[in-house]
Amino acid sequence: MAAVGLALLVAALVLVVSGADPLVAFGNIWEYGSRLETVIESFNRATPLYLSGIAFAIAMRMNLFQIGVEGQYILAAFFAAYVGAGVGSLFPPLHIAIILLTAMIVGAAWAGLAGWMKVTRNVHEVISTIMLNAIAVSGLVSFLLGRWKIESESLDTRLGDIATTGWFPSLNPIVELATREIKRVELTGFILVAALVGVAYHLIINRSRLGYDLRATGANPWAAEASGVPPKRTIVLAMLLSGAVAGLVGMADLLGDQHFYSLRFPQGLGFAGIAVALLGRNHAVGAAVAAVAFGWLERASGVLEVRGDAPREIVTIMVAVIILFAVIAYALAQRRRRIEAAAAASAQVESAGGAGEADT
Amino acid sequence: MSVAVRLKGITKRFPGVLANDRIDLVVEAGEIHAICGENGAGKSTLMKILYGMQAPDEGSIEVLDQERTFSSPREAIDVGIGMVHQHFMLADNLTVIENVILGAEPSKGALIDFATARSRLRELGEAYGLALDLDDAVGTLEVGERQRIEIIKILYRGARILILDEPTAVLVPQEVEELFRNLRELKTEGHTIIFIDHKLDEVLEIADTITVLRQGRSVARVKPEDVTAQDLAELMVGSELPTPETREATITDRTAVEVKGISVVDEAGVTRLRDVGFSVQCGEIVGVAGVEGNGQGELVEAILGIIPVSEGSIHLHGDDVTGWSVRQRREAGMGYIPEDRHRRGLLLPAPVWENSILGHQTRRRFLSSRVWIDDEASRDHASNVVERFDVRTPGVHTPVHALSGGNQQKLVVGRELAIECNPLIAAHPTRGIDVGSQAAVWEDLRRARAEGLGLLLISADLEELIGLSDTLLVMLRGEIVARLDPARVTPRELGAYMTGAAA
Ligand SMILES: Nc1ncnc2c1ncn2[C@@H]1O[C@H](COP(=O)(O)OP(=O)(O)OP(=O)(O)O)[C@@H](O)[C@H]1O
Ligand SMILES: [Mg+2]
Repeated sequence: MAAVGLALLVAALVLVVSGADPLVAFGNIWEYGSRLETVIESFNRATPLYLSGIAFAIAMRMNLFQIGVEGQYILAAFFAAYVGAGVGSLFPPLHIAIILLTAMIVGAAWAGLAGWMKVTRNVHEVISTIMLNAIAVSGLVSFLLGRWKIESESLDTRLGDIATTGWFPSLNPIVELATREIKRVELTGFILVAALVGVAYHLIINRSRLGYDLRATGANPWAAEASGVPPKRTIVLAMLLSGAVAGLVGMADLLGDQHFYSLRFPQGLGFAGIAVALLGRNHAVGAAVAAVAFGWLERASGVLEVRGDAPREIVTIMVAVIILFAVIAYALAQRRRRIEAAAAASAQVESAGGAGEADT
Repeated sequence: MSVAVRLKGITKRFPGVLANDRIDLVVEAGEIHAICGENGAGKSTLMKILYGMQAPDEGSIEVLDQERTFSSPREAIDVGIGMVHQHFMLADNLTVIENVILGAEPSKGALIDFATARSRLRELGEAYGLALDLDDAVGTLEVGERQRIEIIKILYRGARILILDEPTAVLVPQEVEELFRNLRELKTEGHTIIFIDHKLDEVLEIADTITVLRQGRSVARVKPEDVTAQDLAELMVGSELPTPETREATITDRTAVEVKGISVVDEAGVTRLRDVGFSVQCGEIVGVAGVEGNGQGELVEAILGIIPVSEGSIHLHGDDVTGWSVRQRREAGMGYIPEDRHRRGLLLPAPVWENSILGHQTRRRFLSSRVWIDDEASRDHASNVVERFDVRTPGVHTPVHALSGGNQQKLVVGRELAIECNPLIAAHPTRGIDVGSQAAVWEDLRRARAEGLGLLLISADLEELIGLSDTLLVMLRGEIVARLDPARVTPRELGAYMTGAAA
């Protein structure tokens, strides 16, 4: 808690430096952030962040620093949008399934490439994924977008629209039922997919054979190898899984909001996912909390820009500072908890030890 | 004589464990002081406290008559204390010289002054007869050499009080003699040495004073002249000194594992194993003797399937498994006790129960379906191992890194024996285990053998080898140079074969 206060203090300092009144600014953030619209938008934002965090966490569980989620999800979204628009109108579940499958396959393939380079050429995954990010975003997508773009009235370079049969339903009917108000913003239905992925992640990592092998490799690759885990196959498999989830990151926006791919498609979700996974300790629930917190912070602080309290850059810095401090605070709290647990346990031992003494 | 170290009333608690309970320890300057005690008695913990790695909950530390509190090993090093850990802490991919000066680099401006370091190390090496090739990568060295590096490393930092945690556990008798020569040399130079050891005759040979710990307390302080190994064992664990001895033959005509003329060539093109062939029958123990680094490691890894063989074939219960993966071999029943429990045998951050199925995670009994692990069955199995093999742990959810070295070893051994593997490839199964538990492990191995286990036993403990084996092989430079009858060979003769002195 003290560290969160410190985070706010530093954020305030940043605001002061930029010439804004921090108290007014925080007041605005709180007022705006507690509105239902903002909360809904926070969840909408949290959905792709969460998927991105889980994608990163899967690889992290076996000590693979897979920072290629960025490239994987953009490439996946691009192809999914192309295929989704190309097939025209279909039976909705089928249409959506085709789009999601395309995204997952493209994401998995792109990540798998990094895995393959690691096991055959011994290229470190950080190097290969950075490279693949660049190839995907500035190379492939830009190039193909130029060739496959459609004419449109807007200045945006874009692909064709996905027919409405490929739209993911929003949860607004439920929200409206609960609040008895008609809302302007829509709660993305994709949040259910994210939740499903979270549950699957938890079960597979912690309860399955495959998860055991993954975690064993992460904890001690030599012992895992001797225990029969095939090291290369497991690396590739982890990358494929991670990439498949990465492929879903852009789907909330593509299927629930934009319905086409363009130059303005959201970027940076892949890197934000790293922070989500770190703060969430690669834990399914932890990452969910982190994703919602980040989503809220981002949405709520956006008001500063709108109200003219602070320029966009300052807001970005402030959010980054708060995230940084939150991560540090969390790590410290974790440590304190461990020490306290130790003290509590040893108190028990002491009384048990005393009893034992009487026996002997 | 003056006192080098005086510990008073040291108490240390861990979750669920009272590791040190008001321990008093007095070490005189210039003596070799041995610390003995069963697994989990608190020896390593006490030494880590003296070395500033862990803070005591209570008690005081005096070094050379000055009261000290260390908040890190650096502060202990500053007053001349150095420690070599039970589990070595060297960086495999650095060279010897880099490892030694790591953290204490002599500098010339912003650069590391390798020339100065080199000459100082050479002086140290000569002064104590600790010869080393400074430019070898540590990963390629054998344990004996690694240990010498660890010792040089602490001498280089100016240690006058040396703490060695189970230095002989990883050495063969010749290397132990060499180490003891070095220690005596250091002693005459005025160094004080504190060391931990489970082999009581070694302790009696070299120590000036012995302190015995039991369940976190110091229970005795004796002089080696006044006690026998038997007395020591009784002080430690309250039981008799065991001897490994296999009685009636239980050998069958079913072959558990057979290797036919295998050779192994490493990545650098060096032949590590040349035309090795033998078989282990069910109900038979085949012992492999040899100075560490003569191909035993490669033999084990080849049989397990971690490294490929360039020639020859490996057969498991009659099937040619040469092309099989490690997993296939393990599913066919192969058990494995690695020479280095930390490297190949355990997931240190993972709980005891997860470690208790490592290597067998694909067995039906630990799975509830094709995909899912049966947590409950695995935990039951873990409790069973913990109980049967006397693994001292607060519970099956405790992470393995919180167990003492010997208890980690008991977990590894217990895991393989409880799962009833066959064959079992065991390297140094009793390494780091106290005399009491050692007897229990020997008994378990014998029982498993009577029930049909084929055991390939690699050990540095010659009595263990001679006592347990039905057949003895001697390895030298990657080849089998002798097949001996353990009933007819003495440790001394065996030692001669191992160094190639006998033909
Ligand atoms: N970091 C730790 N966290 C929790 N418990 C610990 C930790 N280190 C040691 N212990 C516990 O303290 C007790 C004493 O451990 P210690 O390592 O000192 O034993 P030891 O005498 O060196 O045994 P061994 O002969 O097996 O090496 C053990 O029960 C062990 O489980
Ligand atoms: Mg120890």
